[in-house]
Amino acid sequence: MADQLAIGSRSGLKPALPLLLPAYLWLTVAIFLPLSAMVFFSFMTDLPLAGKEWAFTLGNYAAFFSQSLYSTLLFASLRLGLEVTLWCVVIGYPAAYVLAKVLKGRSREAIFLLVILPFWSNGLVRIFSWAMVLREGGILDTALNAVLPFKINIDLMYSYPAVIIGLVHSYVPYMVLTCYLTLQAIDDSLIEAGRSLGASRRQVLRRVIIPLSMPGLIAGAALIFVPVVGSFMEPRILGGRTGTFYGTVIEDQLVAVFNWPLGAALSFILLAVVLIILALAAPVLRRAG
Amino acid sequence: MATTRILEWCGRFYIVLLLGFLYLPIIIMAAMSFNASPFYQLPFEWTTDWYASLWQNDQLIAATWNSIEIAVITTLISTVLGSMASLALYRYEFRGKKFLQALLFPPIAIPWLITGTAMLIFFFGVGIGRGLIAILLGHVALALPYVIVVVSARLQTFAPELEEAARSLGANQWQVTMRVTLPWIMPGVIAGGLFAFAVSFDQFVVSYFLSTPGQTTLPVEIYAAIRKGFTPEINAVSTIIIVVSMALMLLTARFFKFGGEK
Repeated sequence: MADQLAIGSRSGLKPALPLLLPAYLWLTVAIFLPLSAMVFFSFMTDLPLAGKEWAFTLGNYAAFFSQSLYSTLLFASLRLGLEVTLWCVVIGYPAAYVLAKVLKGRSREAIFLLVILPFWSNGLVRIFSWAMVLREGGILDTALNAVLPFKINIDLMYSYPAVIIGLVHSYVPYMVLTCYLTLQAIDDSLIEAGRSLGASRRQVLRRVIIPLSMPGLIAGAALIFVPVVGSFMEPRILGGRTGTFYGTVIEDQLVAVFNWPLGAALSFILLAVVLIILALAAPVLRRAG
Repeated sequence: MATTRILEWCGRFYIVLLLGFLYLPIIIMAAMSFNASPFYQLPFEWTTDWYASLWQNDQLIAATWNSIEIAVITTLISTVLGSMASLALYRYEFRGKKFLQALLFPPIAIPWLITGTAMLIFFFGVGIGRGLIAILLGHVALALPYVIVVVSARLQTFAPELEEAARSLGANQWQVTMRVTLPWIMPGVIAGGLFAFAVSFDQFVVSYFLSTPGQTTLPVEIYAAIRKGFTPEINAVSTIIIVVSMALMLLTARFFKFGGEK
């Protein structure tokens, strides 16, 4: 074995190839080729199936830029992503802090598991459970009317807040998870040093803890923002008629209107926007890490 | 130090509130599957009728079997292919390795809506069409990156000297892999497999775009039922799914530390 290196790892692509090829071929066929095909189809007038006439066109992209509906909806989806991400930070970061710095030992392990357990359950089912709670005559309505002396009507179902609540519920465990991992890595003695040098709690938080946990915050934000911008099932179920977003329009083009080239173009525009946002976040993440 | 203690108790209270927010809807959903009223009316009346009628719902049962079959096959394929790839990425140094590792992130990072759209268009274009085969193709591709990441993480703790030692004692490549490396990375392989199962079993978006009326999975069937107007039968299936998924998650946690501490 002359090609062996001292550390035991060996060089050369040849011996690695049989092990690598099956997995990467599969990824190529099911992910990378489809994504390339989507770009290709987005420039067509119709799908080249069953002898249908087709030609190359920029019309699908022109549709996005000429009809303000699409860009309005894209902005609505970006806003939705931003709002959900912010709520997840507000709710998830303190929880991650308590988990990492207050709780100890077995109780920490148990609660950590409890927090991330729901996000391993079906997202669709979780959204459906909110429909139970939020609708008129639903649980929240009944419970509040039983407790409060006066009659109120809670009907959050099919509203923008309902979509926000459902999405925050689905995605907040990501934020807890990523922030917990970075917060846990902060050495307690750094915090103690800051305190003993006369910094107030707030100063320690602002100058030590938040900067050091920034990679977790950004990673969590990316993990939440990206899928929320492309969400369509949650707005459909909880938003009803108010739940029209960019994702639901793409869904419509593919399963209801059957204008696949337009759907592909809209998808590709979303992908481009998401990639630009991730690219902007990447250097911040690297610097913070 | 009194303030510190008060703050700590506030923190604990906050965690309890968060857990309430996370679990309340799920618990209510599950409770309603045992409530007699088909319109979710209170007061609560105990029944298991919805689970019984679930048993009669052929469409849901067929979809459930499809989901389980696809999840099991996805797990097998993605665990084997993924572990092989991780092993190659660990063992060998070659040009373009960084690029291959970077290629694992698009499938995880790109919204499923876009991946699903792309798969639908491409599979139709090349004649695979929609249906269970297409769903399986898609699920394995979604699960592979997770398996590779998890198994690679486990491989980081493996001492290459062990392979060296086995080789110098006369074991061939196959024996080294099966007798030395594989037993060591087994917890990672099992965790990766459970990840793959969960990714497939809970997958909705990609299955939704790739399914046809006869060939669907359980989440797709539930989505259709929710949009038609829900019944406690959906609560019953949902409860079963939640219990299965959470049990799987607990199993995964047993094999794979998520907390990041020893």
